[in-house]
Order: sequence, then C-alpha cells, then structure tokens
Amino acid sequence: MTKTLNINGKDETVDAAPGTPLLWVLRDHLKMTGTKFGCGIAQCGACTVHVDGAPTRSCITAHDSLEGVKVTTIEGVTGSAADAIREVWVKNDVPQCGYCQSGQIMAATALLAENSNPSDEDIDAAMSGNICRCATYMSIRRAIKEAAG
Amino acid sequence: MFLHDIGIIPGGAKRSPPTSDKTAITNLSRRGFVVGSSLFVVSVTLVGCSSYEEPKIDPDAIDLPEAGPSPLTEVKGGDATPALWIAIEEDGAVKITCHRSEMGQQVWTAMAQIVADELEAEWDKVEIVQAEGHERYGDQNTDGSRSVRYNFHRLRIAGAAMKQMLTEAAAVYWKMEPSECSAAQGLVSNSKNSDTLSYGNLAKLAARLQVPQEADVTVKDPKDWRYINKEIPSLTIPRITRGEGTFGIDVDRPGMVYAVVARPPQLFGKTGAVRDASALAIPGVLQTVKLPDAKPPALFQPLGGVAIVATDTWAAIQGRNVLEVDWIDGPNASYDSGTFAEQMKQTARRSGTVRRKRGNVASDLANAAQTIEAEYYAPHLSQSPMEPPAATAEWDGEKLECWACVQDPQATRQTLSDLLKIDKENITVHATWLGGAFGRKSKPDFVVEAALIAKEVGKPVKVTWTREDEVRHGYYHSVSAQRLEAGLDTDGKCTSYLHRTVFPPIASTFVPGMDVPTDGEMGLGATDVPFAMPNLQVESGNAKGHVRIGWLRSVSNIYHAFAVQSFAAEMAHAAGKDQKDYLLELIGDARTIDPNAEGATYPNYDASLEEYPIETERLTNVVNRVSSMAKWGRKMPSGHGLGIAVHRSFLSYIATIVEVAVTPEGALTIPGVWLAVDSGTVINPRHARAQMEGGTIYGLSNALFGEITAKNGAVVQDNFPSWRVLRMGEAPKAFEVEIVKSNSAPAGVGEPATPPAAPALTNAIFNATGHRIRTLPIIGASGSRLTLPTEATAQVEE
Ligand code: FES
Ligand code: FES
Repeated sequence: MTKTLNINGKDETVDAAPGTPLLWVLRDHLKMTGTKFGCGIAQCGACTVHVDGAPTRSCITAHDSLEGVKVTTIEGVTGSAADAIREVWVKNDVPQCGYCQSGQIMAATALLAENSNPSDEDIDAAMSGNICRCATYMSIRRAIKEAAG
Repeated sequence: MFLHDIGIIPGGAKRSPPTSDKTAITNLSRRGFVVGSSLFVVSVTLVGCSSYEEPKIDPDAIDLPEAGPSPLTEVKGGDATPALWIAIEEDGAVKITCHRSEMGQQVWTAMAQIVADELEAEWDKVEIVQAEGHERYGDQNTDGSRSVRYNFHRLRIAGAAMKQMLTEAAAVYWKMEPSECSAAQGLVSNSKNSDTLSYGNLAKLAARLQVPQEADVTVKDPKDWRYINKEIPSLTIPRITRGEGTFGIDVDRPGMVYAVVARPPQLFGKTGAVRDASALAIPGVLQTVKLPDAKPPALFQPLGGVAIVATDTWAAIQGRNVLEVDWIDGPNASYDSGTFAEQMKQTARRSGTVRRKRGNVASDLANAAQTIEAEYYAPHLSQSPMEPPAATAEWDGEKLECWACVQDPQATRQTLSDLLKIDKENITVHATWLGGAFGRKSKPDFVVEAALIAKEVGKPVKVTWTREDEVRHGYYHSVSAQRLEAGLDTDGKCTSYLHRTVFPPIASTFVPGMDVPTDGEMGLGATDVPFAMPNLQVESGNAKGHVRIGWLRSVSNIYHAFAVQSFAAEMAHAAGKDQKDYLLELIGDARTIDPNAEGATYPNYDASLEEYPIETERLTNVVNRVSSMAKWGRKMPSGHGLGIAVHRSFLSYIATIVEVAVTPEGALTIPGVWLAVDSGTVINPRHARAQMEGGTIYGLSNALFGEITAKNGAVVQDNFPSWRVLRMGEAPKAFEVEIVKSNSAPAGVGEPATPPAAPALTNAIFNATGHRIRTLPIIGASGSRLTLPTEATAQVEE
C-alpha cells in the first residue's frame, strides 16, 4: 500500500507494510540513515524526528499515520534553533561517537524553539529521554545553555 | 568547516604564515588553484608582492636515481613508511590513513594531528581515509586505550619523513641543497629567493625519492607542535550534526536484504525444530536461514539460531516475533547468577592462589592491634554501545566483502576466514564508524552471522541486532566477589593487606573449562596495587564462565578499583582518619613499584616498566590536585558527602572526587565531580576531557544502575528499562577536569576514568550517610533511591 509522506519538505512515496514504523521507512526504504535505531521502544531517543515541529520517537510511530503532516529529520532540520544548536555542537565538539546525536540535536532544537532560555532543570527534563552511552551529557548541557546565549 | 572559521586554529592567526616575510602566504585555498590548458600553475598572493605563479613540476622530466626499499618498515610501533599513511593529491589534499576504529574517542582527529603536525600540513587540507583490515598496518585492535601509545612514534616519523622528502624534492627541482629549503604549512620555501612550491605540486616528485633512515628523520621539538597537544576540533563532528557519516548499521548495498537472528537463550543452547510458516507469512519476510549451533569454546563464533531475512528490518523483526523454535538446552541451562554469586563469595572466603606477596600477611594479621575485613560483589554488565552490533556482508561466490562497526577489522577478517573457510586474500573487511563500542565490538561474531546468511541467500545482507539481542546475547563484563582484610597498628597505620579476588576470566570464552583469573586481569588493579604496607598479599580464586565473558571499558579494573579503593576508605574509617590523608599514607613515599619483584607476573598493559613505571608520585600528585579542585575537607551541608578514589590503569593516573547529596528518603543526586588525570603527553586536551567525563559517567551508570543477571542460563534483562543506564537528569550537575601537563610518554585516555568512579561514589555516600555499599549496583534497574539503614537515615537528618 503506497503512502505519500512529506519529509524535509519533499513528498516521498513509500511502499511499506501497514504499521511499519517511520524509523524503518526512513532508514531502509528511503535510505535516510541519519535517524538512528537505539531501542525500538521509545526509551532512548536515538530515533527522534520532528512531526509538525514536535519531537517524536519514529521507532513507535507508524508511517501510515503520518499522511498530511510534516516530518523533519536530522538531514533536513533548519531554522534558527537548529542553526544555533549545530553551531554550538560543532564549536564545543559535543558529540563523541555521534550515534545518539541526531536524536539529541532534534530534541535540543525542539527545546530551544519552545524555550529560548532553558534552565538546567528544563534541559534535564527535555533531554532525559535521550540516552547517550558516551555520556556527553555535560557537553550537551553546556552547549544548549550557550546556544540560548 | 575550517579551523579558522571558528577561531581556534592554534597560534590564533588565520592560517599563520610560515617562517619569514618573503614566504608569508596568506591565502591558498583549493579554489586558488588555476588550471590552465597546457600549463598548470598555482596562483598565490604574497603579502606586499605581486602575484607569484608556482611552476607546475613535471616529475618525469627530472632524472633521479632509482629509490631503494623503505628503511622505515620496522620502527617502534611498526611500519612508518610515509606512503602507507599519507597520500598528497595534486590539489593539495592530504589524505591520512587511520587504521584504528573511530568510536567517539576521536582517533581520526588524533592520528591526523600527529601526522599533520610532523608533516607541516595545513589542517584544513587534511582528510581521513579509514583503512580496511590488513596486517600491513600492524595492530588494528582498537581497544586497551592504546591507539596513541602504539602509534605516536611511528606516525611522527612517517609525517616527518614525508616532510623531509617533500623538502628534498623542492631542493632537487630548484637545484639547491636540502638545507637551503624548508617546509611549513603545505609549502616549501628556500633561503635564496622568494619562490615556493606547494606539497600538491611536489608530491609526485617526492614519491620517487629514497625514504630516509629513521636516524636521519628529525621530529619536532614539542614546543614547535602546532596540532599535537592542541584543542583541534574533531574531523567527524561537523558531519555528525548533519546526520552524515556511515555507522555499521547505516551501510547500504545494491540489492541488499535485511536480517535479524533468533538466537538460543543460553550460551551453547541448540536449535531444534523450526516452524517458520507464520514468519514467512509476514509481508516482506523472504526466507529463514538456520545457522550452525555454537560449540565450546565460544571464541568469536555466532551463537547459532535462525535468521529471518526480509525486505526491511521491521519485517524481519515481525517475522522473528512469530517464528517458532524448539530450543534445546545446553550445558549452561542451570546457570543462575544469584546462586553463583553465593558460590563465588564462598570461594573468596577460602585461601586462594597467591599472585603477589610481600612480607607475611598471615602472621601480621594474627598480631595486629585491629583487623578489618570486607566483602564486595559486582555483577555482570553489558557494554551496550548506543549503536547495537550490525554488519553487512556481500558474497560473490569467490570473494567476501564486509562492512561493520568492528574494533578489530583484522581479527574480523581472520575469524571470517577460519569459520567460513575462505582464503583471507578473498576477504575484505571495512571498519565503519562505530556508534560506541566499549569492548563489545572487539568481538566480530555479528559479522560472521552476516557472512553466513549472505552466502546462503546470495544477496548482500545486513544483520541488525536489536537492543534486546545486544542485552541478552552479549560478551559480558565478568561478575566478581572479593574479600579484603587488613591489620592496623595502634596508630591506625596499615601493616598488612590481603586482597582475594574471584571472577570468571575472559579466557573462559576462549579456552574450554578455563576458570583461573589470568595475569592480565589480575594486573588490572589487583597485583599492581600501589600500597606501601610491609605485608601484602594478593590472591585469586577460580570461577567458571557460564555466559560469554568479554572486555568492557577498563575491564577488571572496574571491580578491583571498586573493592580496593572502597577498602582504603574503610581502613581510614577504622583508623579514625581522613579518607584522602589515609589514601596518601597507603600509597606512601615517592618510588616506583615492580609487582614482578614480589612474585607477580605483571604485564603492565603490554608496556615495559622502564618506559612506563608505576610511579607513586604521580598517584599522589593527582590526589593532591583533585583535592584542591574539590576543596576536600570543606564543611558539607547535611546529607552531602565527598568521596575520593585514585587508580592507575592503562598507564594513566586518575584521581576522582564525587560529591553526593542524599535526602532522608534516600534520593541521591551528584552535585559535582572533580577529576585530575596524568596521562603523559595528551594529543588533544579537549577530547581527553570528553573521555574523562564520559568514562566517569559510564562508571557511575554501572555503579548506580547496571546489573545483568541470568536465570536458567538466560539473561533476564532485555532493553533499557530493565538494563538501566544513566540519563541526562541523573548526570552530575558539574564536572571539572584537570589534565596534568606532562611530557611523559602518552598513556591511555579512553578507559582509565571509569575505574575510580564507582568507589569515589560509594565513598561519598558513606561520608554523606555513614552507609557503606559493598554490593553493586547501588540503586538498580527499578529503584529510585538508596535503601538506607535507620542509622544512616538519622545521619542524613542531623
Ligand atoms: S529507537 Fe526510538 S526511542 Fe530508542
Ligand atoms: S555520542 Fe556516542 S552515544 Fe552519544
């Protein structure tokens, strides 16, 4: 059953089994591998994308529920919050292995877009769903505060 | 992203000019090259001069004697032949080969810093080429925190030799003496005129010159380093922020299919009857493939089971959910980690095998004014890199090509050759980026799975491990039970120390029935204990492995440092002394320690004790530094406590202080962590600091929450709720790192921050609450707070 999804501003036609999570449609069907698999059960945040701007776990979001909405992935996220986050991420060398960082950047971008001056508590609350096994947590916290200026 | 764009190129100036005014090049970007139809010239602008056009060198027009073989094939660390490591393109791009695996430790950047510094390459011309697995590169096993240590010398030689050859090529072209020419920042200039030649222009001519002898290669004085020991930004991170870069799980091949594997729940369980009709009925599922049963010893072989092959990963997972398999119990079906823990504790109460001995512990203990004893237990752990194991294999009937997130592409290639009976020459292994590894990806079992399935289905296959697979079917950090005893004199001074450690060795994964802790593991924090008391004995007790035991970031150092550094604080408490002062007293005077002189067989991380001695002064120094950073001894608010631990591992010296805050209800937070590290020469202080934070928090995560248990031979935990790891909200609120300035030989940074984390934390909890934790984890998967005995709660309330 083909569906048309709007991803990063582009209409993409996908032919995946009903109920297939967006994560696997992105990675295996559309070969957009920036969005990562970490747990498959909404526990780690590695698969975070934006659906109409809201951070969403693509591993538990059926792709066929997303017709008519705008999906944004790490490959396509733009705007002042995303630019600010990317800039401080690079300037401070926030990532280590980088595997969780697509999700971290998507979560941090959504946080900053909502709250231009987050406190440590706001950051902890918004980012605690994103596991980083390299434990870049200290750098993430510092960088988000810097991006908020 | 160029360095000067973000203002942190070392030296401050944008692409700082080389040696003198007449060669002060201010702009040589790749766009600056002008390609003419017949004559290729390079246009550069000289400060205060008119445009200078660099003549294009035709290397074939120059007569040169035939060069002999490279004399640099066997320098310390291996082959330093420049051509093996460096390729300079005509456009000036400097391609540096990195033979180690990038897993977030920033080894790409570190290797490039070393080579590019000695080569005098412009940083923004540097690109990394990831080496495939091949013996020509020497050791590629990216574990043991030794990429820099093993390669620092030879990569400096390779870079410096290449710079010399480029300089000599310019001298040949200009018909000058090499001593009249000098190289800096991608250009060779000379002392006679203002002409310059760029590396890209010289490269082909330089390649025809004789590679110099090591004795004739001059490396820089450290004071002239441009990149080494500087905070050079990562070469990978800009790409990461755009979702680019290929991890093992991201590999794509034309016509590729996707697989997951249903594995027997126990190690060496077997696959019985398989009913796959429902699996095959799932849309997208193509076929199932029965894999060979695993036989002891485990080695790097896959665990057997049944692969489900599909058109996408999700379909394969759905197929596996409905696949029916009759698993047949194997020899580990009765393994229960709780029962086994009791057995190990019993073993630790009996005399063991002496592994190091000084004086006479038994008689001193019998006569001591005061004796104390304590038992510690630490569970199995899973490495759980954020990217689970994943591998892609392609078989064309003769050649096998694999792409995978492996720490050791050579071992992967060898294992594939052994298990699939394919000539090694017909196997190519590409190491991708690794989404974390922590020791898990030094075992290439998952690549063998991909290869076996690819051979069966005749298409490229990607095998993805789900998180459940990774947690249930790992190579686990070993469980351990330890017992320590000490005798103190009337002043509270320790006069005797006994440490007995019991754990299934990693060797049990490789040698059938092996249950004796190895010298290597004993040397990770047990036999290398740096204490000065007159009577000391380290013993081991045997334990069998029932799951695959493997390396996990800092390995046996984790449980040994936990026990030894907790016990040091317990001794201090018994003596009525301050933890830090007592720790310094235990370490004693400045001296070097040779465990071998006291009956140990101590590998010292494969380094000689001459080059990397155990220096107590460096331990003392980091203890003192971290104490002043954390203001040790300051008055703490009620419920707060500082705890300290110091440990030498991977040839680095690290002292850590953790501050905890514990509420009367037992809720625990970590207001601060302070860490002082002496790792000798550090290639990139910023990236070393990241490893200090990451390694510490990895250790805190394990200590607070981490526990893998087994019932009926099968691992109980499966994903992040039951295998709990530390999250942002639980991370320390502040973290300060100090790197000791040192010109000593480089030591490890990836692992050594992990061992002192747990005991610093439990020592802090003791100082906050009076409650001594001897069993890990502290909180566990489902807890939200410490369980405090009533006396401890009372102390917190005071
Ligand atoms: S993969 Fe979706 S939250 Fe972990
Ligand atoms: S950077 Fe490696 S998991 Fe976060």
